[in-house]
Amino acid sequence: MVSRVAPLSAKPLPTELRHIEAEPYYEAVAGEIALFEAAYASTLPVLLKGPTGCGKTRFIEHMAWRLKRPLVTVSCHDDLTAADLVGRYLITNNETLWVDGPLARAVRAGAICYLDEVVEARRDTTVVIHPLADDRRMLPMEKHGELLQAPPEFLLAMSYNPGYQSVLKELKHSTRQRFVAIEFQYPQAALEEKIIRTETGADAGTAAALVRLAQMTRNLKGNGLDEGASTRLLVHAAKLIARGIAPAAACHGAVSEALSDDPEMLRAIDEFVSSVF
Amino acid sequence: MTARRSSTELTQELDYLLSPVLSSRRTAAPLADLLAPLPRPQQDFVLHWVEVIDRSNYEMAYQFAAAAPAALAKMDTNAVEAWILQALDTYDRDGLYRGSLVFKEIENYLPAAADAHAATFEQHAPVLELYACGLAGRRLQLDVAAEPYTDTETLFLPPRIAQFADAAANFNLYKVIITLLWAQGRYGTFHTDIISACAAYADPQRATTLLSHFETLRLESRIATVLPGVARDLARLRGDTVDPRCAVLQDPAATVQDSISLLANLYDGFEIPTLPHHTALRAEAATTRNKRLQRERSALAEALAQMLPEQAADKSPEAAADRIEIQAKPAPGAEGDFDVEVRLDGMPMAPPDHVAQLLDSILQDLGEIPDDYLQAAGPGNQNLSADDESVDENKTIANDDSGARLYREWDHKRRHYRKDWCVLRELDVSPVDNGFVENTLARYRPQVAQLKRSFEMLRDEDRLLKRQATGDDIDFDALIAGYADLRSGMELPDRLLTRRHKAERDLAALFMVDMSGSTKGWINDAERESLVMLCEALEVLGDRYAIYGFSGVTRKRCEIFRIKRFDEAYDQDVKQRIAGITPQDYTRMGAAIRHLTKLLNEVDARTRLLVTLSDGKPDDYSDHYRGEYGIEDTRQALIEAHHAGIKPFCITIDHEARDYLPHLYGPVNWTLVDNVERLPLKVADIYRRLTA
Repeated sequence: MVSRVAPLSAKPLPTELRHIEAEPYYEAVAGEIALFEAAYASTLPVLLKGPTGCGKTRFIEHMAWRLKRPLVTVSCHDDLTAADLVGRYLITNNETLWVDGPLARAVRAGAICYLDEVVEARRDTTVVIHPLADDRRMLPMEKHGELLQAPPEFLLAMSYNPGYQSVLKELKHSTRQRFVAIEFQYPQAALEEKIIRTETGADAGTAAALVRLAQMTRNLKGNGLDEGASTRLLVHAAKLIARGIAPAAACHGAVSEALSDDPEMLRAIDEFVSSVF
Repeated sequence: MTARRSSTELTQELDYLLSPVLSSRRTAAPLADLLAPLPRPQQDFVLHWVEVIDRSNYEMAYQFAAAAPAALAKMDTNAVEAWILQALDTYDRDGLYRGSLVFKEIENYLPAAADAHAATFEQHAPVLELYACGLAGRRLQLDVAAEPYTDTETLFLPPRIAQFADAAANFNLYKVIITLLWAQGRYGTFHTDIISACAAYADPQRATTLLSHFETLRLESRIATVLPGVARDLARLRGDTVDPRCAVLQDPAATVQDSISLLANLYDGFEIPTLPHHTALRAEAATTRNKRLQRERSALAEALAQMLPEQAADKSPEAAADRIEIQAKPAPGAEGDFDVEVRLDGMPMAPPDHVAQLLDSILQDLGEIPDDYLQAAGPGNQNLSADDESVDENKTIANDDSGARLYREWDHKRRHYRKDWCVLRELDVSPVDNGFVENTLARYRPQVAQLKRSFEMLRDEDRLLKRQATGDDIDFDALIAGYADLRSGMELPDRLLTRRHKAERDLAALFMVDMSGSTKGWINDAERESLVMLCEALEVLGDRYAIYGFSGVTRKRCEIFRIKRFDEAYDQDVKQRIAGITPQDYTRMGAAIRHLTKLLNEVDARTRLLVTLSDGKPDDYSDHYRGEYGIEDTRQALIEAHHAGIKPFCITIDHEARDYLPHLYGPVNWTLVDNVERLPLKVADIYRRLTA
């Protein structure tokens, strides 16, 4: 049985539903926008795969703006339970009051719900994700005795970084096979330069040097670094440089120290910096 | 203070340590006499190192003991340790003769040690290797030679640089030379045969040196477009202005041909300046490059064939060449870089990492992907001869010998298993009581303490248990539900509290240690030290674990060495077995993995990990195991393990691991520890990350 949505009139709670008014800057790398739009139109959930700082969150914001849907972002952590997503009872004035969790709110509002780093969440969250992510598109709210049917505007999206080496943090197949996966990589050099320049107003030379620096660190992936410098780190460095910090100091703070604690690695990255500037 | 040891005591000690290389004519007494006058700490220092060097080679240890008193008179212990390390490195690389020369010719070493400003390769190698790797994208080896040059795969650098009175400037010169040698490969110095271009001159030596000078000038302007920082250093090292006759080389678009034609014009009457960053051009570069091109061409053909869709009828390299199209265009703005586009049947697709790396490497060599490059990689597939040995023989062996077990093996050419193909026995490592574990713990005391701390944090990771009868906080969810029950006339439940509970780590790990002959020397030491650190850490954590070594010769003698079983405590026996791990023969990995999978499967745990500590590809003596066959069998064994619910992971020190480990373990389930010396510090840490 599908129950009707009961409006929450008693106490409107602040919502984390976010309507994105201005266009978030995003450069398409390949056909990811078209793929996402097609998945949305077909009411298929979406999984964003890729290393940290390559633009997954920005992409989802951009798509929310493009599709004109509110966005609910949940950063998953290892104490996040199904109840945190669905909702719980609170006590007020000797009464119990049901409060929707972010996922339930997103379903009711026909929003895009983005579960960031979903592998970090507790295993029991799959109980609510699974029925929502296949063709049932339902959110069972056991405690509230309600079965929420997602409207066609609702979309479930989650992100996942396949580079983690922890065996305990792998996405189960039963989960991942419900999603349309979009893979993210660092953009090509020219595009990445453009992104840095647009984000920070850096000049062409600085942007090119930063991209070159990033490539050198990405070459070290698997040779002492777990990840190379992400686009986000380059943007940080460019912002510091724009404020008048010397490139060497800016890159040391924003890139080297962010990538490693190993003294030899830090020296090597600083040598890259002194080479590209 | 402890009294110094007498000559007699020392003779006894040395007799014990050096017995394999002592004889009636060569006794320990003269060594002991020299060591006797030294203060006790120095005596201890010498004996400690004799014992350490023993593990590599007894003769080296003898030579050290003989040279030590003289060395200690001239250097402090730190410098002596550096000297020992250099000798051992030389021994590992060039053998006993050269290694012992370092001990004998201490005079040659002294001036280097004396100059505090000098930068040595030894000291900076880790940073320089990282720098070269980041620069090149493909793995470049670094090594020492009298004069810097490159064969395009290894960059040879001087063992020490002391040109400047400033340590930083000397280090910087290393960096400049590396960049220059890399640029030779990257910007086409070897695109033509430079050695024959110089051979026609009256003095080919002079011609080569001159050409090298021109190339340095040309590359400087190339480097300026991508690494302006290094270009500034180059300009500073070069000093005065460039000879106006060489102006043509300062155009970033100049090629090696411009240098060669300039050589023709300026061969007579051009004075070659002596530059601190002078590099040599050698013929090896061309041969190595051609070999690599050939190798990568066939690797590419094979990799592309694998990129064809699963259901493709024809997955041969020829079919791949027909359907896949590769276009490489120079990237706008980024000098020397390419935008590569791979199309399958006209549709753009993202090439897998290893294909992208191959393409990048080929582009660095050729500057383009020629049209015919995908065609005809040459016949590389000769058929394996049919079973030359009968399986029945194995069965006899297995029946005769109660300890032996039979395992199948995957034949990738036939695409099915060879049944009961490998005969595997479990043996015990014979314990050795030499205080190895204690010494290791003493050496790494601070690191062990830190390691234990970080593992304790892992252990103490709390978990919030809800609806508990006892606990330290109110479970509001339960309370509210209970309250609602109460109001509706039911009883208030008693489980209304939350409690923090240490997470149950239901995890069993089996460590599979490479005991092949190739681990002899430092690698074996590092492996054993890693195991000690690992055991210390795991004891803190309380995970169930076992350690087995593997080796063998041919399929009829695969051996698994018990070091610690799951049900065994980390006691004195285990410690002595770790100390007793000695390099054996080859690495037939498939059978070992199958056997250990079986052992691991008998353990009841939610997560079961099989961690391999390895130093190279699977390999065995004679019977085709080397190469693709071994890799495919190992892969198959790992897939079987995976199906059995086991997570395989590999820690390797093989620099070429990138070429095959992703194929075996998947893109993320392996890790490379660059520097063998760091292995002991890394292994436990990797395990921690893996299970965090």
